Amino acid sequence: MIIFELVAALAIMAGAGFFIAGTVGLVRFPDTFCRLHALTKADGLGLALICLGAALLAGSAGEIARLVLIWLLVALSAATCAHLVARHARADGQAHREDTSQRETRR
Amino acid sequence: MIDVLIIFDLVLALAIIAIAAGVLVLRDAFAMIVCFVVFGLLSALAWVRLAAPDVALAEAAIGTGVTGALLLKTLAHLRGRTLSAPLRMDGPVLANASLCALATLAGIGALLATPIGGPGLEGLVAQNLLASGVEHPVTAVLLNYRAFDTLMEVVVLLVAIIAVWSVERGVTRAPAPVMGEVYAGFARLILPAAVIVGVYLLWVGAIAPGGAFQGGAVLAAIGLILLITRAYTPLPAHRGAARIAFVIGTALFAAVALFVAQGGRATFEYPAAYAKSLILIIEAVVTISIAATLAALFHGREPVAVTVREARA
Repeated sequence: MIIFELVAALAIMAGAGFFIAGTVGLVRFPDTFCRLHALTKADGLGLALICLGAALLAGSAGEIARLVLIWLLVALSAATCAHLVARHARADGQAHREDTSQRETRR
Repeated sequence: MIDVLIIFDLVLALAIIAIAAGVLVLRDAFAMIVCFVVFGLLSALAWVRLAAPDVALAEAAIGTGVTGALLLKTLAHLRGRTLSAPLRMDGPVLANASLCALATLAGIGALLATPIGGPGLEGLVAQNLLASGVEHPVTAVLLNYRAFDTLMEVVVLLVAIIAVWSVERGVTRAPAPVMGEVYAGFARLILPAAVIVGVYLLWVGAIAPGGAFQGGAVLAAIGLILLITRAYTPLPAHRGAARIAFVIGTALFAAVALFVAQGGRATFEYPAAYAKSLILIIEAVVTISIAATLAALFHGREPVAVTVREARA
């Protein structure tokens, strides 16, 4: 079905776009919390879109079920990981953006 | 027309080499570990591109997941003492470098000596698949055709845990780290799911990519989650059961191999009628051993009370 393949390709491309945006955020944003924000939002949606695209191309109900499971498990662990990193950074006394920019101008 | 995927493959290969160089060049231990984990993930992707999903699964689960956790745990263990020394060209470094160079040369030699484009063993494997007892060629190779190699891989894990238990002992007394409610909820959700995924990977190994090592690594991850939250604390009284779990895979594998060697059959030559059952039993028990051993390696010490004088010595 050509229409399925087209929608799937669009979804996967959009998903890859979100991943790239998240990565740019990871590299460019000033502090841990901003970076986590960029990563979790972009990757969560990116993964969902890529799973959606792959599910449209999947041949059987079993494959679709597995893709949904992969999406759920990865989304769950990614969110938990981000929370743990942020929690650790906060307990560590890491600075928010304002403080970071000041530190950088001092340098 | 050039296949678009060739470009992807080239970029992937360059990225793997670059990240490998990064691991060696970086002088910060934590950054090195992160790079090593990324290296493992990219390698897993490369194995997928080489149409070897079994190796990719093993690389991702053991080579990247469990090994990454082991390295980070070791780093935490070394807290205070640093690994991040400046690079010096002293005796051990030079010895290591020459050994690595020798191994690389041997690899290049093996590559050059291999006839290009010649038929591999694929045909032979496919011809004998019916007699192997399983439908997945990789599992047939691992558990039947070259079962001796696989037995030795299980032995390597056994030797590793024996070494770790000989070197490091003690019972954890420090309070459990507070991981927060989110992590606790995550663990509650993920533990039963991980059990199912691990057993599924083991079971599906007979017909599709999967098997004892991949399933064992996922089950070991359950042990890691329990150990991190101290939901389970290894105690001296548990050592007996742990030792049985470590040894049972090697012991049963070797016992089956020797037991079938009668009535004109060779070692590891499973009778065709029982091949599938024997392979499944071996894989199930080996999975238990792999999972227990990997989790125990992560814990990294024999849980035995150490007297003060011993601890100081």
